[in-house]
Amino acid sequence: MSKYLISANINGDEVDFACYADQTLMEVLRENLHMTGTKNGCGSGDCGACTVIMNGRPVNSCLVLGAELQGADIETIEGMSKGNELHPLQQKFLDHAALQCGICTPGFLNMAKSLLEKNPDPTETEVRFALAGNLCRCTGYDKIVRAVLDAAEEMRTTTS
Amino acid sequence: MNEIKDVSKSNYKWVGKRTRRPDGPDKVTGRAQYGDDLVLPGMLCGKILRSPHAHAKILSIDTSKAEALKGVKAIVTHKDIPDHALLEPPFGPVIADFYDITRNVLAREKVLYDGHAVAGVAATSDRIASAALKLIEVEYEVLSHVLDPFEAAQPDAPVLHEHQFTNGVTPAPEKPSNVFRVVSTERGDLEAGFANADIIVEREFSSEPVHQGYIEPQALIASASEDGAVELWTTTQGHFVIRGLCSRLLNIDMSKIRVTASEIGGGFGGKNNLYAEPLAICLSQKSGKPVRMVMSRSDVFRGTGPASGTYSRIRMGAKNDGTIVAAEAEIYNQAGAFKGSPVGRSLDSFFSSYAIENAKATAYDVCVNRPKVAAYRAPGAPMATLGAELTINEIAEKLNIDPIDLRLKNAVQDGGESLCGVKYGRIGLNEVLETVKSHPHYLAPLKANQGRGFALGYWMHGGGLSSVNANLLDDGTVSVATGNPDIGGSRSSMRVMAAEELGVELENVKPIVADTGSMGYSHLTAGSRTTFATGLAVINSVREIIEKLRALAAKKWEISVEDVTWEAGQAVTHRDGFESLTLKQLAGMATKMGGPIAGHSEINACGAGAAFSAQIVDVEVDPETGLSSVKRYTIIQDAGRAISPDYVEGQMQGGAVQGIGWALNEEYFYDDEGHLLNSGFLDYRMPVASDLPMIDTVIVEVPNPNHPYGVRGVGEPPLIPAPAAVANAVENAIGRKLGSLPLSPPKVLKAIETGMPRES
Repeated sequence: MSKYLISANINGDEVDFACYADQTLMEVLRENLHMTGTKNGCGSGDCGACTVIMNGRPVNSCLVLGAELQGADIETIEGMSKGNELHPLQQKFLDHAALQCGICTPGFLNMAKSLLEKNPDPTETEVRFALAGNLCRCTGYDKIVRAVLDAAEEMRTTTS
Repeated sequence: MNEIKDVSKSNYKWVGKRTRRPDGPDKVTGRAQYGDDLVLPGMLCGKILRSPHAHAKILSIDTSKAEALKGVKAIVTHKDIPDHALLEPPFGPVIADFYDITRNVLAREKVLYDGHAVAGVAATSDRIASAALKLIEVEYEVLSHVLDPFEAAQPDAPVLHEHQFTNGVTPAPEKPSNVFRVVSTERGDLEAGFANADIIVEREFSSEPVHQGYIEPQALIASASEDGAVELWTTTQGHFVIRGLCSRLLNIDMSKIRVTASEIGGGFGGKNNLYAEPLAICLSQKSGKPVRMVMSRSDVFRGTGPASGTYSRIRMGAKNDGTIVAAEAEIYNQAGAFKGSPVGRSLDSFFSSYAIENAKATAYDVCVNRPKVAAYRAPGAPMATLGAELTINEIAEKLNIDPIDLRLKNAVQDGGESLCGVKYGRIGLNEVLETVKSHPHYLAPLKANQGRGFALGYWMHGGGLSSVNANLLDDGTVSVATGNPDIGGSRSSMRVMAAEELGVELENVKPIVADTGSMGYSHLTAGSRTTFATGLAVINSVREIIEKLRALAAKKWEISVEDVTWEAGQAVTHRDGFESLTLKQLAGMATKMGGPIAGHSEINACGAGAAFSAQIVDVEVDPETGLSSVKRYTIIQDAGRAISPDYVEGQMQGGAVQGIGWALNEEYFYDDEGHLLNSGFLDYRMPVASDLPMIDTVIVEVPNPNHPYGVRGVGEPPLIPAPAAVANAVENAIGRKLGSLPLSPPKVLKAIETGMPRES
């Protein structure tokens, strides 16, 4: 089987890679590029652990093919902090203890970031529905929802 | 809303404060390395061929075509793994029978469940390994199968193990049985107790097996070298336990196996066991290359866990004043394909919150054609508690007594004991129940179609073997190495306790999870033991450092060590003319004045406390669809002392939500041939954020006198009463008796239409 040569923009950098037709974006990130911050929980789009932002929209990277990525903009967890400065969502996840084992955290952070870009002032219910495709088995979601609401408030204050 | 009720009014520098966890930044930036995140040069991809049958004889396995495929470097079957003799009685509470373990790791004579591992392949790529699995030819003779524990216990059920005769019954049986053993515990005179009762309530219950549902699948890398040494990187709750099991199973010297625990993406008891580790070691030995094996989600559902499914019967008798005078319970715990369901913990969980004079519990350990059960957060307890607590609520209703008052009347007191005879010291049960009674949630009005449920759970926490190495470094910082994987914030609590003892800033203590080659044995991160037991070893180790620092200061000052005390991070003397020496100053002079300073501790921690979790839940049932929605949830639990309250609350909230899933949604679906139909998260429906409200908590702190900071443990209790509390709420919402979990919409709808009305 021959490979496709793809150029994509990942976290602001142009990245070239070769992938098979049936390789997913998750596999490309994890196996080809060793960007293992994107987590594999199910490989079937049911858990959200592999959520990344593709052309401004959150996607399950296990449901996107690598070969589709020519010219695409991809944001992964590795690009969320700026230098040593954590994104407000990352800060708030730490402040609110919104993670226990941490395996679902990168996916939640990307999904929450997408939500707040579209809706900077979500209600608790809107946060819960936006995050309903991301499974967490440790926290019962309480502290995650609080962290997202608190981050939203802080981001509104600093941008206004 | 989250509250802390500190009974002892403590005052600490770090203990009980809300502090950021030390491993947090790595986990919010994607740096943390989990089981599947490590890459070794030249590593191969390992995959497992699994049984397509629920029960079948293996007639032959032909791997020749797979071996001939280019890129395939090694194949293992049961012939490559040593066999072991069957364990003989007497049997302890926890059974590790290597006859069974070797057969669960790779099927030998028979496959015993859909998904049972049959062969392992290592190849140069994922695709080649997958192709090789399809080329392995296995000839089976399909046998009839059984999935339900009660059916499997009947004399005409298909038998999984021809060599297994039921233990614990007289006369000794002549026919083999799926019931491995019957265990029971008893006190008082049961029949006299029932004869003395004014009312008797008798009910039946059942619960489905549920998976631990950790989001990170099992993943590992094994690397065997030419000299026989083995390096293993794996996601586990106990790398020392994995080392011991691999050593014994594969006949490799324990010292030749070094296991490093990766970050762990959830476990809940499901990562206490061996699965692919021995296969990966054998594949690495055969190929001479590192071998990585990662389970798919389907592999996880078909091949690992779950918690036991159960069938139980409860009978309880009470006086008109609410005194419970007799209680009897019987439970059939599904063990999966091999013996070893948590029967002991089930027995101890039925009635141990209450001082009931006459009580008896019996448990059956039953093999069925499903994956071998694994521990799941308070193994054996939630399903026993389901029946006992719903029965007690019915007694309260029949006698027209408030359910909390009924429990306060019968509550076990300090110095009492559990049904299995576990002695309690100081316990916080009364404080927990009184807190429930005055909690705004308990008193709040309900809306239409809503019901309020209540249940109480008991757990005796674990202690056991833990080792810690603490090293004082030249700059005055301290590294604290434990042998316990950090599954939900234990590095944070270890750091808090060490910094509290030393009287230094948190940043000056670095907690580490060390590999098996670096330190003494540490048992699993399980049973809510880590903050208690490993925490004790941390405190001991740091106190040893403090003793050495006092001696160093005495040497420097040329005074007696008795005249030196350790206060707020400094060596201090009451004698005139000496300026206190800080930890940093002492650390800087240590190597020049005697040598490096370290403390270590290897203990078998005793004195773990009992804890009780009480839960109030409001559920709204849609009368048209039968869908139950949780509207409000409050957990009130004695944690002894919360070292890190954020993570104690997190344990409580997460445990309760697992119980909500157990009560309302989670179940396995099999077809008539015993094939698992829902081996993925789409159809195995765990709770998601939009299903739930905030989960309120009240941490009641009645310190455990056997721990310097009063720790009891926190992880298991929150799950225990949750399925019962939710089921009770649904019962109250629809006015029908319900005893069969999960309370899925069709089941609830049927109960609304045709179910047995609740008597008043």
